[in-house]
Amino acid sequence: MRTAPYAFLLPAALLFALFFALPIGYALWLSFRKVRVSGLGLGSGARTEVWAGLENYTTAFTDSELLSGALRVLGYGAIVVPVMLGLALLFALMLDSERVRLAPLTRLAIFLPYAVPGVVAALLWGFLYLPDVSPFYFVLDRLGLPQPDLLDGGPLYLALSNIAVWGGTGFNMIVIYTSLRSIPAEVYEAAKLDGAGPLQIALRIKIPMVAPSLVLTFFFSIIATLQVFNEPTTLKPLTNSVSTTWSPLMKVYQDAFGKGDIHAAAAQATIIAVVTLLLSFGFLRAANRRQKQEAAR
Amino acid sequence: MSSLALRESAPAADTTPGAAQGFPRRRRTALVPTVTLLLGAVYCLLPVAWVVIASTKSGSELFSTFTFLPGSGFTENLSDLNAYRDGVYWQWMGNSALYAVAGALLSAAVSACAGYALAVYRFRGREAMFNVLLAGVLMPPVILAVPQYLLLAQAGLTDSYLSVLLPQILSPYGVYLARVYAAAAVPADVVEAGRMDGASEWRIFTRIALPMMVPGLVTVFLFQFVAIWNNFLLPYIMLSDDEKFPITLGLYTLLEQGANTPALYTLVVTGAFLAVFPLVALFLVVQRFWSLDLLSGAVKS
Repeated sequence: MRTAPYAFLLPAALLFALFFALPIGYALWLSFRKVRVSGLGLGSGARTEVWAGLENYTTAFTDSELLSGALRVLGYGAIVVPVMLGLALLFALMLDSERVRLAPLTRLAIFLPYAVPGVVAALLWGFLYLPDVSPFYFVLDRLGLPQPDLLDGGPLYLALSNIAVWGGTGFNMIVIYTSLRSIPAEVYEAAKLDGAGPLQIALRIKIPMVAPSLVLTFFFSIIATLQVFNEPTTLKPLTNSVSTTWSPLMKVYQDAFGKGDIHAAAAQATIIAVVTLLLSFGFLRAANRRQKQEAAR
Repeated sequence: MSSLALRESAPAADTTPGAAQGFPRRRRTALVPTVTLLLGAVYCLLPVAWVVIASTKSGSELFSTFTFLPGSGFTENLSDLNAYRDGVYWQWMGNSALYAVAGALLSAAVSACAGYALAVYRFRGREAMFNVLLAGVLMPPVILAVPQYLLLAQAGLTDSYLSVLLPQILSPYGVYLARVYAAAAVPADVVEAGRMDGASEWRIFTRIALPMMVPGLVTVFLFQFVAIWNNFLLPYIMLSDDEKFPITLGLYTLLEQGANTPALYTLVVTGAFLAVFPLVALFLVVQRFWSLDLLSGAVKS
């Protein structure tokens, strides 16, 4: 009896230790080390691992490519998160409104992209962005309008954001909708008697009441956005404007496996993790008062 | 945009049952949500519809005919895909299924044990353990994947099935969901009654609690199944032998080669079309007895 809960937790704890705690510790260790090459770097004793202190970190912070990658991802996130969650909230409110038709069908259709792997989603949209394939260019061509390159410059951000919005809206919609449905009907009765319309009920009652789930979806969206990797990596073969270091995570991958500098990669990964945690917890803290309501449930 | 859409589908709304002539205002309110949702559905189905159609186009039709005009090459594309490197495509599908089914089953089992323990017992360090497990959710996959690769390399396990399977068994979100469901579905007095009858803790868990937790565990299974099926970064880092690739990685390498050999693009498109199917089919089947709402931790309904 006394040992039972620990026995039940043992498999999870073991897996956590082996595949979460140990790798994190190892990454931290690596980030403070470096390889010293003596002579020509040939022979068995020529490459030795030595303590590097904060050297890898100062290099990372002054690395202009990492910084511009971070700026690209911030710009991308500034589009993805508000648009995706705005649409998710809009669709959830529409599903929850009275006398809506085809709700189960449309709900399933909007959720469907969740079941499509990010790589496949990027691949499908990637083709739809190509001038010879896209219906968008077809229409522009017929109208005799100029045809911008969707996979370059500013439009590239929109093109990448669209893939993330397409893939993520449905799941977030379900989370918000579930929380909408748990609001008891009596809450609306008084507002209706006061003559409030559906728009007012949505703005004054529904949105404030689902604020905890909005906070939660926001939180996870920030984390997912800062770690974007699959979509730009998949678009890379289709265009020259996505570099191998477009997002910070791609840079980590490139440094670790392209250049073989695992120490620099470990330091960058640590920085990304810390920035992600700071940003997401900073946001949670700002929304803390709302969060307490949820904890009380 | 919305006002245009309103006008377009106005006639359809007249047939809405119960939308009596006398309540034009109420009928209008039902129209806005319906049209909004339909537009959303069209947006979400668009790329899927495209890949269905594009998989029927031959290599020359893919880049020359109108986007949504069906082509004439589906059977040829299919046999090309089957023939590509002795059917390695189906090997990728099989691998994805193996990773996802085995990983999700193990994940559901581990989550069930951990979630049950966290929900039913009071013990020292309970909240601390739960919080530490949850913190795992926040770890960027890459800070995990790179050292996971280096550690597994030292154990001689990289480029093996286990290297993709093992790191994906523990799902912090799965443990969280299992705890929520166990707390809601397993009443404390039922556990207590089992103890009175002299059943062991393990027996109470497997015979009494586990059946009660099944709907929640199906959710954990599905969640992890999708997560593993969709995962790209981990196999991308771990694997180099393409016989062990999951479908996401296989299609990516095919696309990458297509940049030099455009003839492969039809294979990529047909392959993407077939890769979309299993999960969509899974959700459509499962939908009958399982609710989407469970995915976000809803316990009522």
